[in-house]
Amino acid sequence: MMPGNPRTAETGASSEVNPFRLSLSNPRTLFNRVLTGVALLLSLFALLPLFSVLYMLIVRGGSMLSFGLFTQLTPGAGMEGGGIGNAILGTLVVVVVASLLSLPLGFLAAVYLAEYGGDSKLAVVVRFAGKVLTGMPSILAGVFAYATVVAVTGSFSALAGGVAMAVLMVPIVMLTAEQALRSVPSKMKMAALGMGATRTQMVLRVVVPTAMPGILTGVMLSLARAMGETAPLLFTALFSDYWFEGKLQAPIASLAVLIYNFSGSPFEHLVKLAWAASLVLVSLVLVLNVTAQIVIKRPKEQ
Amino acid sequence: MAAMTPKTSNAPDLSDAFRGTISRPPNAWQKGSDVAFKVIAHAFGALVVLLLIGVVLEVMRHAHGAMSTYGLRFLTNSVWDANRAEFGVLPQIAGTIYTSFLALLIGGLLGITVALVLSQGFLHHRWELVMKNVVELLAAIPSVVYGLWGIFVLVPALRSPAGWLNDHFGKFPLFSTRLSGPGILPAAAVLSIMILPTVTAISREAMAAVPPRLSAAAYALGATRWEVIFRVTLPTASGGIFGALVLGLGRAFGETMALAMLVGNTNTFGWSLFSPGNTLAALLANHFPEAGKIEVGALMYAAAVLLLITLAVNLIGSFIMLRATAGLKDLK
Repeated sequence: MMPGNPRTAETGASSEVNPFRLSLSNPRTLFNRVLTGVALLLSLFALLPLFSVLYMLIVRGGSMLSFGLFTQLTPGAGMEGGGIGNAILGTLVVVVVASLLSLPLGFLAAVYLAEYGGDSKLAVVVRFAGKVLTGMPSILAGVFAYATVVAVTGSFSALAGGVAMAVLMVPIVMLTAEQALRSVPSKMKMAALGMGATRTQMVLRVVVPTAMPGILTGVMLSLARAMGETAPLLFTALFSDYWFEGKLQAPIASLAVLIYNFSGSPFEHLVKLAWAASLVLVSLVLVLNVTAQIVIKRPKEQ
Repeated sequence: MAAMTPKTSNAPDLSDAFRGTISRPPNAWQKGSDVAFKVIAHAFGALVVLLLIGVVLEVMRHAHGAMSTYGLRFLTNSVWDANRAEFGVLPQIAGTIYTSFLALLIGGLLGITVALVLSQGFLHHRWELVMKNVVELLAAIPSVVYGLWGIFVLVPALRSPAGWLNDHFGKFPLFSTRLSGPGILPAAAVLSIMILPTVTAISREAMAAVPPRLSAAAYALGATRWEVIFRVTLPTASGGIFGALVLGLGRAFGETMALAMLVGNTNTFGWSLFSPGNTLAALLANHFPEAGKIEVGALMYAAAVLLLITLAVNLIGSFIMLRATAGLKDLK
């Protein structure tokens, strides 16, 4: 227990010094208890939507789960049957493209910040740029990809979707990886340098392997964020009712855009598919988040 | 040192790196690759800055044509008609600000309350941790899923209370219309769910940074828990909490999907909570996929406006946070 912990201070005051703490006739303690009740109720109220969302996902989405859901193409308007297989594959393709673009950039920028930048002017500017990119509305990443890829090549494409996602992933990867690299004890770095290792050897063989759990956490969090993003895909990757055929220059389906498109559909069956797609998407995102938590926790427990 | 290695097993196995001689100076190739790696790392650092500049410049470059055609009239015009090539974003700007502030009112109040519950010892440590994880879960759900939930759960649930308010208090501008489907209130409600984790996380940190001896002193004087919160914790953490609210506002301004699905997408603005409206981000999401060349220019202009607004809000928020943390350091 910390010496100044309010909890200790308070229990000390309540049980021994002030025997009237539970009294409701004292306006001060009455006010205190009422507010505590209100605060706890408001907190529960704040979390209510989450439970409602999860309940609806399991009830509405869960009722659609079947093998065909994962292996079949999205049905056309008014048709029955079909699945969301092409959207699941498409989401994975876009995320892989985005990872190939963003992970090297974010990782090396983090190495620069943690090992070379220090508090130099460039490092301060890079960190600032990272923070601004984190706070930027995701739809603007889509606008950027539209301007640089769609407007240039003349067609909506999986590549454009990947570029948009990459813009969103870079700052997350960079800022979390920098934190992880910085937390490596300087003793270990000095030992490596003292053994005659070059700075590069020290970074690649000592610092990076030690910081790997933290770096992987950042990667997984950025993947989780990218998977759920819809706005930047709407007018970059667009949507497709067909399987991905190895062409990055063609529009591609994704779970997020499927949910958006089908949510406004007048056909009951498509709305059900949107719920099923939501369940799959949320499951993917949660698995990534939980894995990230486990990866970061492991070294701490030892 | 050698004895320590097996204990910290997350440390890499160094035996391969230094096999043979215990130590030796780097050879020419190693020195060369060292310099090369350093240059590459610097280049990638600079590339992140270029990425940000690239995003801003690309949006501005494509918006330039529309900016010179429509000028500042774009900001005060309320018509969006691609056939007549007449564009304006006044209702969208008003809608963005209106929904965001409504969301901040709900999400800010709830977010600060949750932060208090999490940081002021109301709950056992274990429950604090559970609740903290649940709040993080709230942030992990994609916004398009909240949009779907809003359409099929929230809007139907709000319809009858909205109708009752309109029947009995229809004279007030806030309740002057009926909720026919999507509208300002469901959009703002979902938006408030989405900014709650941001507000909670940042203001919780600000509250946790208040030196414990300040609240301990107040408890020692016989103050109740809420007297300590209102007179010590909240005033001391006010800078950080304010920063959290501003950063939450920045998030609300830029949030797209939940609004595109729930706000109604009409180019009108009304004070009624139940009337449909539009926002800048929702406008981009709904019009970009099918826009022709002239409309794309106008949309780029709208994107530039959104970019400037969110940049400004986020910069102000970060600046407040910076000052707040600097102010707390003096107390310690």
